[in-house]
Amino acid sequence: MLMVRQPSRRLSKGWEYTTRMDYDLECQSIVKTFGVFRAVDQVSFQIERGSFFSILGPSGCGKTTLMRMIAGFYEPDSGDIHIKGRSVLSTPPNRRPVNMVFQHLALFPMMTVAENIAYGLRRRRASRSEIETRVADALHRIGLPDSGEKRIDQLSGGQKQRIAIARCMVLDPDVLLLDEPLGALDLKLREHMKVELKQLQHQLGTTFVYITHDQSEALVMSDRVAVMNDGKFEQVGTPQDLYFQPDTAFVAGFVGDSNKWRGRVLNRDATSLKLEADSGETLVGVPGGSAAADRGMAVDIFVRPESISLRRVTSSEPTSTPGDTVNHRAAVVESVLFNGAQSRALVKTRQGEDMAVALPQTGEYADLREGEEVTLAWSIEHCRCYPASSG
Amino acid sequence: MSQKDARRLTFLLLLSPFLLWILLLVVIPHIDMFMLSVREKIEPRVYETGLGNYIEVFSEPVYVHTLFRTAVMSVAATALTLLLAFPVSYYIAKLARGRLKSALFLMCLLPFWVSELVRVFGWMILLRETGVISSFLQWAGLVSGPVEFLYNDAAVMVGLVYTSMLFMVVPLVSTLDSLDESLVEAGYDLGGGGFAVLREIVIPHAMPGIVAGCIIVFMLSLGNYLTPILLGGKSSLWFTGHIYSQFITRFNWEFGAAFGFILLATSSLLVWLALRLSGQTLASTIAKS
Repeated sequence: MLMVRQPSRRLSKGWEYTTRMDYDLECQSIVKTFGVFRAVDQVSFQIERGSFFSILGPSGCGKTTLMRMIAGFYEPDSGDIHIKGRSVLSTPPNRRPVNMVFQHLALFPMMTVAENIAYGLRRRRASRSEIETRVADALHRIGLPDSGEKRIDQLSGGQKQRIAIARCMVLDPDVLLLDEPLGALDLKLREHMKVELKQLQHQLGTTFVYITHDQSEALVMSDRVAVMNDGKFEQVGTPQDLYFQPDTAFVAGFVGDSNKWRGRVLNRDATSLKLEADSGETLVGVPGGSAAADRGMAVDIFVRPESISLRRVTSSEPTSTPGDTVNHRAAVVESVLFNGAQSRALVKTRQGEDMAVALPQTGEYADLREGEEVTLAWSIEHCRCYPASSG
Repeated sequence: MSQKDARRLTFLLLLSPFLLWILLLVVIPHIDMFMLSVREKIEPRVYETGLGNYIEVFSEPVYVHTLFRTAVMSVAATALTLLLAFPVSYYIAKLARGRLKSALFLMCLLPFWVSELVRVFGWMILLRETGVISSFLQWAGLVSGPVEFLYNDAAVMVGLVYTSMLFMVVPLVSTLDSLDESLVEAGYDLGGGGFAVLREIVIPHAMPGIVAGCIIVFMLSLGNYLTPILLGGKSSLWFTGHIYSQFITRFNWEFGAAFGFILLATSSLLVWLALRLSGQTLASTIAKS
């Protein structure tokens, strides 16, 4: 690979103000293969105490395998997992200080809500009175104080969700693992549960490790997000880091939407790169991530629809204002995709490229129609390029 | 003809084989049997209606003893079958994959391709004094003379369990199949050991299948004739043996009919008891498995 990672830079942030013992979960060079397929490949990361950490990746990227190794259902081929500074590799899943909220929640249908929550406490041989008070307390905390005697199938999706979390939280785990628990909910409820989960985590102060393929879930809830692809971590950082400073082409393409071109580097100077897209157009951009971009190198170029500014071409104004710092295009609106705050315009540039542009929400473009002529502009730093991925 | 009439006619036509079957083979014979059982023979060709036959059955200790013994042995055979079939079913339903799964299932079915008589004879070849096991033990020098394994309660039990296995495995596999693996994992994840997960999650989930299998196996064992008589010999004292001898040997149909109804009442009572104790209903067990 051409990319040169700079782990020292990313890690140093953490090392400055935390000691090793402040990590609730630490994975060191975890490898897991199934036959010839390497599901998890040399993954290392640390999660600070009490933080919300997400692992974001497309399906089949190995995130579930990684989580099942943390929970203890799989054993890594090599590497080590530390929880609160102690290796748990030899600890079976029922003794690990981690609990898991399963994808379909896995509430026990043969038990009532209260019995579900009490299950783990009963396994620890807690006294009957203690179980009763803790179950009542947990039900109260999740806002379902009267649901103890209900059967699982009498609950709504959101209530089930909360019960599944309460069932783990009564056990005071060091780390709570959540395996895409919002996947089965409808959109409205999912939006609501995102906020609720984040608040719950904040209130409880427990370390959450959240697995998802939905970037909005990861970005909204997490303190830090790891983007995973092909069994490897592409980048670990805050949601803002991932969105504004993606390290790799994969992260740039996966987190948020992007207009993407294949091209090559024509020339470079101290601050910017002159690029030529395969279609023959030239652009000015900056290297994304830490990869060095040499002249002639094949690159992927990314521009987010929301960092492009769009202007109508009116007869009184000149059609374009060429400048050194701005990329610009003249284009024709092909169609308008109205979706409230996420409305887009699909345009075709004069050179024949299709691009998506976010529409400003000021109402000024509410009457934009097909066939109108517009000019597009975006600054150099919003035009990021990465060494071309082989795919 | 309107569409509604057509639909009704189709419904009746589809229902008629079932109605005929249940009426001709179940309801009418049972009414006839019941009439027979309450007919007391005063003298040749003179009959009176009364419960004399039933009173006579219960006043004879050997009949009561046989009934009790048959019921206890059937319950034991059911329990033993469940104990053996549960791990087998769990393996087939949850651990075996793909072709192995169907192969194992087929192997449970395979013995039923031959008739019960042949299967029982198979066991006799193995267990009799000059049979395979006895000869092997002698050849290995473990025993000095021939050993008779046949004609005792253990042989009957072996035969009953063998005959019943499939009828326990099928409902168990189908209920265990529907058990979501993540429930078992959640059971472990929340701190449960193997036994706790089995008791709290797997068995409660499989309960409808367990009860359905037990009912079928219990009824089959209680009403079995061939296996206990052939493997248990003269000492088997199986209740169906009495029914056979009253009807066929003694031509005392009135008495035999009373025996039949006592057996029916016993099995119904025990099944009802089992359902009450396990907290299941007949509808839930049949529907789920």
